[in-house]
Amino acid sequence: MSIAAAEPAAPARSIDPAHVFWILAAIVTAAIVMLPAEALPAWARKYPAAWQLPFAAWISSFTKWLMDSASFGLFTVRDLTRAISWLLDQPLSLARAVFATGFVRGQGSDAVTVFPAIPWFSMVIAATAAGYAVGGRRLALGMAAGLLYLAVFGQWTSAMVTLASVLVSSVLGSIGGLLIGLACVRWRWLERAAAPFLDIAQTMPVFAYLLPMLILFGFGPVSAMVATVIYALPPMVRVTILAIRAVPEEIEALGRMTGCTRRQITWKMLVPTALPALMVGVNQVIMLSLNVVIIASMIGAGGLGWDVLTALRSLNIGKGLEAGIAITVLAILLDRFAQALALRAGAVEAEDAARRRKAFVSSALAIAVAFWLLTALFPAIAPYPEAWKLSTAPYWGQFVSWINVTFFSTLEAIRTAVLLNILVPVKRFMLALPWPWVVFLVTAIGFRLGGWRLALTVGLMAAFPALVGLWPATMITVYLCGVAVVIAALIGVSIGIVAAGRPRLWRTVEIVIDTLQTLPTFVYLIPIVMLFRVGDFTALIAIVLYAVAPAIRYTAHGVSRIAPELIEAGVMTGCTRRQILTRIRLPLATPEILLGINQTILLALSMLVITALVGTRDLGQETYSALAKADVGRGVVAGIAVAFIGMIADRLVSAAAAGMKARRGPPQ
Amino acid sequence: MSGPVLACRGVAKLYGSGLARFVKNGRLSADPERLAADGVTAAVRDVDLEIFRGETFVIMGLSGSGKSTLVRCLSGLIEPTAGEVLFEGRDLSKISERELIQIRRLQMGMVFQNFALLPHLTVLGNVAFPLGIQGRPKAERDKRAREMIALVGLGGREGRFPRELSGGQQQRVGIARSLAVGPDVWFLDEPFSALDPLIRREMQDEVLRLQGMLKKTIVFITHDFDEAVRLADRVAIMKDGRIEQIGTAEELVLAPATDYVRSFTREAPRAKILTARSVMRPADGEDFAGHVPAGARIAAFAHDVEASQKPFAVVEDDKVIGAIDRLAMIDVLVGRELKAAR
Ligand SMILES: Nc1ncnc2c1ncn2[C@@H]1O[C@H](COP(=O)(O)OP(=O)(O)O)[C@@H](O)[C@H]1O
Ligand SMILES: [Mg+2]
Repeated sequence: MSIAAAEPAAPARSIDPAHVFWILAAIVTAAIVMLPAEALPAWARKYPAAWQLPFAAWISSFTKWLMDSASFGLFTVRDLTRAISWLLDQPLSLARAVFATGFVRGQGSDAVTVFPAIPWFSMVIAATAAGYAVGGRRLALGMAAGLLYLAVFGQWTSAMVTLASVLVSSVLGSIGGLLIGLACVRWRWLERAAAPFLDIAQTMPVFAYLLPMLILFGFGPVSAMVATVIYALPPMVRVTILAIRAVPEEIEALGRMTGCTRRQITWKMLVPTALPALMVGVNQVIMLSLNVVIIASMIGAGGLGWDVLTALRSLNIGKGLEAGIAITVLAILLDRFAQALALRAGAVEAEDAARRRKAFVSSALAIAVAFWLLTALFPAIAPYPEAWKLSTAPYWGQFVSWINVTFFSTLEAIRTAVLLNILVPVKRFMLALPWPWVVFLVTAIGFRLGGWRLALTVGLMAAFPALVGLWPATMITVYLCGVAVVIAALIGVSIGIVAAGRPRLWRTVEIVIDTLQTLPTFVYLIPIVMLFRVGDFTALIAIVLYAVAPAIRYTAHGVSRIAPELIEAGVMTGCTRRQILTRIRLPLATPEILLGINQTILLALSMLVITALVGTRDLGQETYSALAKADVGRGVVAGIAVAFIGMIADRLVSAAAAGMKARRGPPQ
Repeated sequence: MSGPVLACRGVAKLYGSGLARFVKNGRLSADPERLAADGVTAAVRDVDLEIFRGETFVIMGLSGSGKSTLVRCLSGLIEPTAGEVLFEGRDLSKISERELIQIRRLQMGMVFQNFALLPHLTVLGNVAFPLGIQGRPKAERDKRAREMIALVGLGGREGRFPRELSGGQQQRVGIARSLAVGPDVWFLDEPFSALDPLIRREMQDEVLRLQGMLKKTIVFITHDFDEAVRLADRVAIMKDGRIEQIGTAEELVLAPATDYVRSFTREAPRAKILTARSVMRPADGEDFAGHVPAGARIAAFAHDVEASQKPFAVVEDDKVIGAIDRLAMIDVLVGRELKAAR
């Protein structure tokens, strides 16, 4: 101690109190939990109902007022939402007609098909040509195989309904995100004003959006689409802001030197220069849209999501799995296509090659259209022949029952062991924590990591669930999510470290995590429910699988990015491989790893809500059942509570990572 | 026209907040200590200069000395916090935005350090870009762009995209683009700093060649004194936002105004900078081995003078104004302080 005090070196001293703080916090927390129940006043053990703020009721009555009596004078809010709904329905109906239903006149059973939807063979030809145009032969083959799979396994119509929704929402989301992003770059105040909304929109579970949409736009595809667009738009806004800011300043100076107007600078210089980065955003929008469109089948989007949902509800694993695989196929096709598109935006091609490619693609498209016209004349050839269809559903069903019969005791033993040894104790612990202490602790950590502003923000967010009477559900959420994050972080960091130095292994890992991340959240549940039935354990596995990817990715990135001179310096001082890892790589990669864990937390929260389908008792269940009862207030409040958990974690972890980075100075 | 094309009067550019309190009657009224104490960066301050038609004016200084900021004030891209910038005698800040756009479109061209090529356009598209902005018909702008591309020696590469070119080639595209509109004033902001030394020399030759043909007014920014010496008619040396000295390279070498300027010029290639006039001594009616013009650079005749026992006459307007001998040559070449200059 005396040596440390004598030394002027700051780091040695600044670390010490930090340890004291954390140790103290842990000790006090443990002590409080161990106190007998009577030792604490009743209001601390259970938040008194009398102190609750009836937020949910307020929101519910506000929406009711909004929809029933609010008026802008000339027209009511209901008229307005009807008009918007009608407007949004136009592109959506068009896309659905083109891809899935055909153009029909009349209603119900009197409906006459005026013009058929694109038949499956035209679609395969067109998609293959499009795949060839943007991604070459490999993508073309992939597109053909994927679409044929959908046809052969009888998923065609559902898949096309989903595709139509995804396409329309992606277009709207990308364009909307681009425009908002550009406006944010131009007017700083707008960016500042939009930032909290972007945060909430991304951390709030999708279920929570569905409800207000349902109220505003009614049950049906339009509601689903609006929810999808709102969810998919924030990443595009962010990507746009980053991408446009990253355009070298010189480009803008050039624009002004050549006398461009602002509009010309934006559309002729900034946007085209930023295009490759913007396409990455478009890719994200497409994938998020698919994910939400699947979830939104609950409020009438239909398509593959609906198939999975009904199968899950009736525990028809075979059918669910088939639809799930179809979603996976669609997701991979869309992802690869969007990625190829993003790559192409930055690629360069010789003129004659481009011309040949164009000729090939346009003739393929012409053939596809010709076939389509042909089906209008001879409707009989349009549907995929029943006789050529395959279904694996019965086999899957048999397979699952075989597994369950053969391995029942093993699976059950695993499940029980984890439940009894990990899940239940942690859950008890979390529920035993008095709410005032948790709020205080969160505030103190906020102060420690980022000063009073952060303390105030996270403290208020932590108090919110108590205030609205959702404390127990919130703690269950924290418990399930926390356990999942710890497991995902342990697995992810280990895999990341192992894979970082081995390029061949890393490629395999990357393919696996890429696939895991492209899958819509719904799909995870199917095989796990198959093995472990419903409950917390199933939810846990699903969350870990979904949330592990960023932990792996960031760890691998952080560990392999360290300057080679530092490693060489370590080798020269005689470090063993292990010492290089523990003394150099890991400490240096910690900020990066923290950011990865931050992402893992956010993903875990978003997955948590989906797991409400398998009967968890947390905030996800709260939003889900509110949705079923169309109780807007309850759903939104629970959604906000989930968003706040995510934002608290995000703020604290980011502050920790930033503090660490700041102390180390800019990266070498 | 005889007046300067561009002139600065007390130009200052500050970055920070609440800048108005440092400006009185359009002039900067705060010393560096006060600015620093208030967390304000004076990127440029107290700059007075005049640039004349057809001259190559080089602004030189280390990174962060305010060169880019100054050139952006000169081209009207940013407005100075204090002082005025006159273009052909008119205050840029008093010219309407519309007219300023016209001036920049038609009378100014700029080359950027990192090329600022648009990645989605071909070489032809990039060079034709400013013409497209002016709304010229496609046939005309393509023709003009092709001429410019040929002028910088990239003929045949019109269909390439920027990333398919080397750094030097990319900057040639940047040069062609800036010249496409036929500007009167040509700004080059460290155009060759991102290039390898060999390519850099080649590009300097290119600028000299183009200037020989086109006779533009050039404002050239560099952090390299050798580059300044090769290109400049006059050099301004900047430090911490101020101009330390303006003069020909020879004046800077012979009479550095500050220690900072001296430290820059100490290692300079004197033989290529100094003229016969500045190293001659008075002639005292002796025998001459030959004669050299007063304005000739020493490197051009050093060999002859050294080889001869007798001194050479320095002549101007057919009159002998001085003499130059072997010893003076050796002094210059080994970099000894010059008696003549003292
Ligand atoms: N937009 C800006 N905001 C704040 N400071 C700036 C800005 N532009 C330049 N500076 C500061 O002004 C000084 C001069 O910059 P600059 O003109 O780019 O120098 P140079 O071109 O000589 O390297 C630097 O200290 C830089 O940090
Ligand atoms: Mg500069």
